[in-house]
This record gives sequence, C-alpha cells and structure tokens, in this order.
Amino acid sequence: MSWLHLMILLPFIFAAAVPYIYRKFTPRIHTGWFVLVIPLVIFAFLLSFTTAISYGNTAFSTVPWIPSYNINFTTYVDGLSLIFGLLIAGIGALVILYSIFYMSKREALNNFYVYLLLFMGAMLGLVFSDNIFVLYVFWETTSVSSFLLIAYWYEREKSRYGAQKSMLITIFGGLAMLAGLIMLSMMTETYSIREMVSQAANIPSHPLFVPSMILILIGAFTKSAQFPFSIWLPDAMEAPTPISAYLHSATMVKAGIYLVARLTPVFGGQAEWFWIVSSMGMITLLYGSVNAVRQTDLKALLAYSTISQLGLIMSLLGLGSASLYTGGEESSVYMAAIFAAIFHLVNHSTFKGCLFMVVGIIDHETGTRDIRRLGGLMHLMPISFTLAVIGSFSMAGLPPFNGFLSKEMFFTAVINAAEMKEFGVNAIGNLFPIIAWIASVFTFVYSMILVFKTFRGKNKPEKLAKEVHEAPLGMLISPIVLGLFVVIIFFFPNILSKYLLSPALAAIVPTLAAAGETNVKISAWHGWNIELFMTIGVIVLGTIMYHLLKKWYRIYLLYPENLMLNHLYNIGLENMEAVSRRVTDRYMTGFIRDYLVYIFAFIIIIVGGAVWLSDGFSIHTSDDAPVNWFEAVLMIVMIVTAAAVLFAKTRLTAIVAVGGLGFLVSFFFVLFRAPDLALTQLVVETVTTVLFLLCFYHLPQLRKEFARIRFKAVNAIVSIGVGVVVTIVALSANGNRLFQSISGYYENSYELAGAKNIVNSILVDFRGIDTMLEILVLSIAGLGVYTLIKLRLAGGNRNEKAE
Amino acid sequence: METLMSILVGILFAIGIYLILTKTLLRIILGTSILGHGVNLLIITMGGLKKGGPPLLGIKDLTYADSLPQALLLTAIVINFATTALLLVLSYRAYKVLGTDDTEQMRGTENE
Repeated sequence: MSWLHLMILLPFIFAAAVPYIYRKFTPRIHTGWFVLVIPLVIFAFLLSFTTAISYGNTAFSTVPWIPSYNINFTTYVDGLSLIFGLLIAGIGALVILYSIFYMSKREALNNFYVYLLLFMGAMLGLVFSDNIFVLYVFWETTSVSSFLLIAYWYEREKSRYGAQKSMLITIFGGLAMLAGLIMLSMMTETYSIREMVSQAANIPSHPLFVPSMILILIGAFTKSAQFPFSIWLPDAMEAPTPISAYLHSATMVKAGIYLVARLTPVFGGQAEWFWIVSSMGMITLLYGSVNAVRQTDLKALLAYSTISQLGLIMSLLGLGSASLYTGGEESSVYMAAIFAAIFHLVNHSTFKGCLFMVVGIIDHETGTRDIRRLGGLMHLMPISFTLAVIGSFSMAGLPPFNGFLSKEMFFTAVINAAEMKEFGVNAIGNLFPIIAWIASVFTFVYSMILVFKTFRGKNKPEKLAKEVHEAPLGMLISPIVLGLFVVIIFFFPNILSKYLLSPALAAIVPTLAAAGETNVKISAWHGWNIELFMTIGVIVLGTIMYHLLKKWYRIYLLYPENLMLNHLYNIGLENMEAVSRRVTDRYMTGFIRDYLVYIFAFIIIIVGGAVWLSDGFSIHTSDDAPVNWFEAVLMIVMIVTAAAVLFAKTRLTAIVAVGGLGFLVSFFFVLFRAPDLALTQLVVETVTTVLFLLCFYHLPQLRKEFARIRFKAVNAIVSIGVGVVVTIVALSANGNRLFQSISGYYENSYELAGAKNIVNSILVDFRGIDTMLEILVLSIAGLGVYTLIKLRLAGGNRNEKAE
Repeated sequence: METLMSILVGILFAIGIYLILTKTLLRIILGTSILGHGVNLLIITMGGLKKGGPPLLGIKDLTYADSLPQALLLTAIVINFATTALLLVLSYRAYKVLGTDDTEQMRGTENE
C-alpha cells in the first residue's frame, strides 16, 4: 500500500462522506468547497513525482486484490501516467472551483459531487493501473459515472437520451476492449502492462494479435469519440457545463488516447496499427472539424471540435508508431509525431477546458447558447471575451498560443508521413498533409465563429431573457488560470517538455528512450519552412471562408438527413428493438401447445439425432421373454383402448377408456410378476377415474376439435416422432445391457431387513428416503387440491354463478 | 416380449403426446395419464420381463423378477396420481374462473 493507492482511493472515500457534508452545511456553505480540497491534495502529491520522473525513474507498488488469480491493484507511475494524473487532478480542481459558482445551491449538489468524485477516482485509477483487469474496472467506472453525470438533470428527456447513448456506445467499446485485453494477456501470459511491453517483440506472429488489436482499438475509439463512434459526444452536452468541460474535453475522452499511447509499445511498429489508428484519426479530424462549422449551439460546436482534436491526437499517435518499426536515424523523425500528440493533448485540455467554461459563463449570464441569438457581448463581458479569444486562437493554431506550437508539429508530422517508405505508404501518404490542412482550415473557421459570432456584431437584448453582465469573479478564476497556461506554455514550452513531455515520450517509445533519443526541443520560431507557409495558408483561406460563410453555408443542407450518423444510430436502435420484438412475437405465441411442440421437437432432434449419429440403433431379441397369445391379445386391446381416447365423442367415453387402460396396465403388472404394483395400480386407477368423473361434471362437454388440418398434422408428426424415438431408444437400450442388475443384493432382504417382500423392503428399508418424499408429494398435492377448492380470491368467481 | 412392449410403449407415448398437444384441458390431462402409463410400462420393461417368480422370498423360486424397477414404479405411480389429481382440480378451477377449457383462449393479455 503506497501513498499513491491512497490518493486514487481518496475520491471514492470522500464521495461517501459528501452526502453528510451536504446535509450538514447546505445552504450555508456550498458543498463544492469541501470537495475542492481533494483534487488539490492529489495534484500537490503528484507534483512531487515530477523531478524523479524527469530523471527517468518510475514508481511502482502493489496491493493484492485477488492474488490467486494474479489480479492485483498495481500502480505504475511514469511520464505518461503522470501527465494524465496531473491533468485529471489539476483540471478537476479548476472545474470544481468553477462549479461552486456555476451550480446553484438549489441543485442536488450531493449527487453532483458524488458522481464527480467517483469519476475522478476512476480516472486516476485508470491511468495509474498496471493490471489490465483493474484498468478495466476503472474504465467501466468512468463510463458509469459519466452516464450519471450526463443525466444529471434527469427530468429532461434529452439528458436521458444522451446518457443512454453514451452508455451504450462506451460500454460496448469497453466490453470489446476487455476481450482484446484478455487476448493480449493470453499471448503474453501476464496481466501486467509493463510486462506486456517487455514481451512485445514475441507476439506479432501470434494468431490472436490482430483480433486483440482491433478489439482494444474499438474500446479506445468509442471512449475517445473517434469516427463513427463519435455520435455520443454531442449528445453528452446535455450535462452541466462543468461536466462537459471536465469529462468531455479534458479527461474521459482522453482515456482512449491514453490506452492507445500506453499500448503503442506493444502494437506499434505494425502496419495494421499504423493504418487503423492514423486513418481513423484523420477521418475523425476531418469529420469533426467540418461538422463543427454547421452547429448553432456553442456546446455542440465545442463537442465537434473536441472530436476533431481527438482525431488529430489519435492520428499523430498512429503516425508516430512508425518510429518503433524503423529505428535508427529515421525513427526520431517519426517520434516527433508522438511528442506532438502528447503536447497537443496537454494543450487541448487547457484551451478546451477554458472554452467550455467560457461558454458556460455565456449560458449562465444570457440564458442561451444559441449562436443566432447571441452577439455583441464584447463590451458587456470583456474578460470572457479575452478568454474566448485566447482559447479559440489557440484552437485554431495561431501564435502566441500553445495551439500554434502543437499545430506546427502536427504539420511537420504529416509532411514526414507523406514521405514515408514503410507500410506501403506511397501515393496515399500525400493525403495526410492534404486532409490535415483542410481540417485546419475548417478548425480556423469554427474558432472564428465561436469568437466573433458571439462577442462581435449587434447586441440582441430582445432575444435574451436576462440583463447581460460580466460573470462573478469566482466563476472566472478557473478559465483565467487555464488561459494563462495557454499563453505560458507558448512562451516556455521547454520547461513542460523537460519535466513532463519527454518522460511521457520515453514511456510510449521505450526502445528509443533507451537509446537516448527522446529529448525534444520545442522552438516557436523555426525559420521559413513549409509548415509555416501551411499555417499562413490556413489563416488566409480560413479568413476568406469565414467572411463568405453565408455564401457557402448551404452546402451543408445538401447532405441528406438520412445518412447522418445519428439518424443511422436511431434507426439501428429502433430496428433492433423492432426485429427482436417481431422475432419474440413469432415464437412466443402464448399458446402452450406451441411451446410443447418446440420441446417435443427438440426431444426428437436431440435424442433421435444422438442415436443416429452414434449408430446406436441395434436390436437383439435373443434375450427376450416368450410371448403368450393372451399377452398379445392384451396388447392389442390396450392399443385399441388408448386409440379410443383419441376418437372419443364424449367425456365419458374418454374417461372410461383411460380407466380401462389403467386396469390393463395392472393386468400387465400381474403378468410381469409384480403383485404390489398390480394392487397399487388398481387402487390408484380407481381413485383417479372417480376424480375424473367428479371433475367432468363441472367441465364442459368435449367438443369436436375444430382445428385446421395443419395444426393436427403437426401434432400427429410430433407425437408419432416422439413415439418412434422412444421405441428406438427402448429397443437399443434393451439390446445392449452393459452390466448385471444389482437386484441380486436385495434378495438378502430377509437377512438384512427381516422382510420377505423384497419390493416393500426396498421401499421402506433400503431406499426409505424416496418413500418419505413421495409421501410429502402426496401431502402437498392434497393441500394444493384443498386450497384450490377452498380459496376464493377477489375476482376469481366470475363464472361460478353459471353453475 | 420386450420388443413388443417397447413398440407398445412407443404407441402409448405417441397417443399421450397427441392428446397433450390438443386444446382441450380434459384431453390434455387424459394425455398425461396415458403418457404416465407408457412411462411405467417402459420402466418395468427395461428391467427385463418374466425372468423368474414374483419378488417374495417365501415362494421357493430359483430366480426372482427384478425388484428394483418395481420399487421405482410404486413410487412413480403414487406421484403420478398426486400430480394428476392436482392438475384435474387446477383445470376445474381454471375453467370456473376463466370460463373456458380451451388453452388457446386462456392466453393472457398482450405484453404480460
């Protein structure tokens, strides 16, 4: 048990205390103030690791959980997990501070902070876990807590819809990921990710390699909202804005990125990994940025922008994985892509968190997030405007903000990728820079829309519900801090690089780190090179496009509504439900005869099939007892009697025929030397017949069954089939006796039990328990009969009067 | 004898199951009864037939008929009787309450 374990469990422990605090201090003190302590403590604690980590050390400790299965809660701190941990704790603290001012005390704050703390703990556990099963547990906990947070205002239908959608998609991915991780553990024979990494060289030839890769990637893509799983993210914007800022920009959607980065040393360097990750990332990047432009709701715009930025990071991880394949001089060129991915991940968390908070402020102060109703807020909300400019310009990749640096690195990476020789990248490689550039143009356009459509232009007070003014200072603190980070990172990127980014890079490409090639210098000015011209091109074209927005906006309306991913998802869901309902309605008819037909048909198929397949059918009549003529006559009479029940016109005939059958059976018992059986059978048959006669007086007349021919034919086929199968099985069993009977032992009954009647001594001495329970059966049946006759519940006697 | 009995049992099974698959309650119960007889005869047949005297030690026979299937059957007959009785009364009550003895009309409402 290390301090780190305690830190991961701290949010969970505190979450249990939140309801008490809420009950005690509301409404005097906002619950958030108490919760704020937790992420601050965790953040301070994690900061203490940074120097050690930057020297290349790692920390590692284990708490046994299920030792017999080798499932232990093992924490592992290296550069990668530390970056994530700091982001989670740091932005978590800022988000909680923001939420103190954003959420009014009238809300159900206890729920809010409990879910939030659950999420924070789960996220910390996810990034520091070394054991795949523990990682999976935390992974699903983030899914569940995210579901709870999205549906925080559960009385709104859209919240519930969005929560359900995110739940379905992320849990689907989570389960796929679990299967992939288990396959991976089968290949490497370990549950520890570190040991998997150390064995990475041995597994690419394994048959499970590609399936496990694809399943794990499905998990990562669903969580990180990659195309086509991205549809849940815009609907998750129904959550309160602090949640959108925290979960859907900075932390949870990065979990998939974390997984891909963490497993890059295992899968990277393979062509499949390179192509899947980078092409999916590129598609997502383009899809998100193009779709963001058409949104009219600010949060939806930010959601699509998050999708596109996540695609950017994902594609960089894919392109960078080539460095593990090549090695040597070239690899450091591709490695820069990985570095860019980590760098942009940090940058994205800062500016996107800031932007979400700004949008939350706008929503809070104006009562709407609709771009068409907003405008001219610049003079009313100068600080928010400044923050929005910082965030958006960073998102668009303009200096002097950190987004510029990572965007330049991104361009460098795609240009290098275009010239790649490996993995069959030839002419296709040229698509990378082209897609990246087009997506950047769109990114620029929507970033400008975000700033200028809301803060410039005419003020439209008639469309707003509230008197607009600047937000309270408390609400502004968090976005200001993040905005400061955006600027500071631009001016001093190398501090961040030295302490955090380089160790993280070393964690993702450990083989290269061993060669000491992972010290990357960031420079804001790198001469007049092609990347800079690309950026200038983005700015020029983006400005032109923004000004001509009205002219080309109609292009979006050309795209058919029916091919929207959302529409496909809804249709798919409806169809799945409809199809399963139809299927169920087809075979679950509610008519007992149909179910009996299934059961008997299966008996025929399975038992008959087993006899058929094992060639079990064989008759040996050598052992048979001889047949007397009167026995043959009895058999014929019996068949006739039984058949008479089938064709009986009246109840009486049928009942008497069944009674006759019973007496015939007792005759057979006489023939087969079973006096006790004959006696019992006679008595029971008599009583049963009496019962039948008692009841039949109250039952209706037997009508002729007016059933369709098909109905009767199916019944006949099934019943004859069962009869034949039983006969075959009986004959085969009879002809193949494997062992002697054990009944010879019971002939000692006089010595052992003092009884001369062997059957009776078996019933009460040798196998007495059967008899005891049989008596119980009889008593229960008697009680049942009594209850059925005596008990009259309400509404149970509608037809009683008819008699 | 065993072969003929096996065929007889098969016929009894077929008739019983045909009755169980019909729609009338009374026929279904009669079907279970016939099925019960079929099962009983099958058990005793599988024990081997007429391989000696009745299993009573007082009678000086060299061999006795197999006593174990007989003991099993005695149990089975009684249990069969109990279930048949319960089923009969149940159907009687069902008819009283639901006003029909047609299993197809005894279906509940939709979405139960």
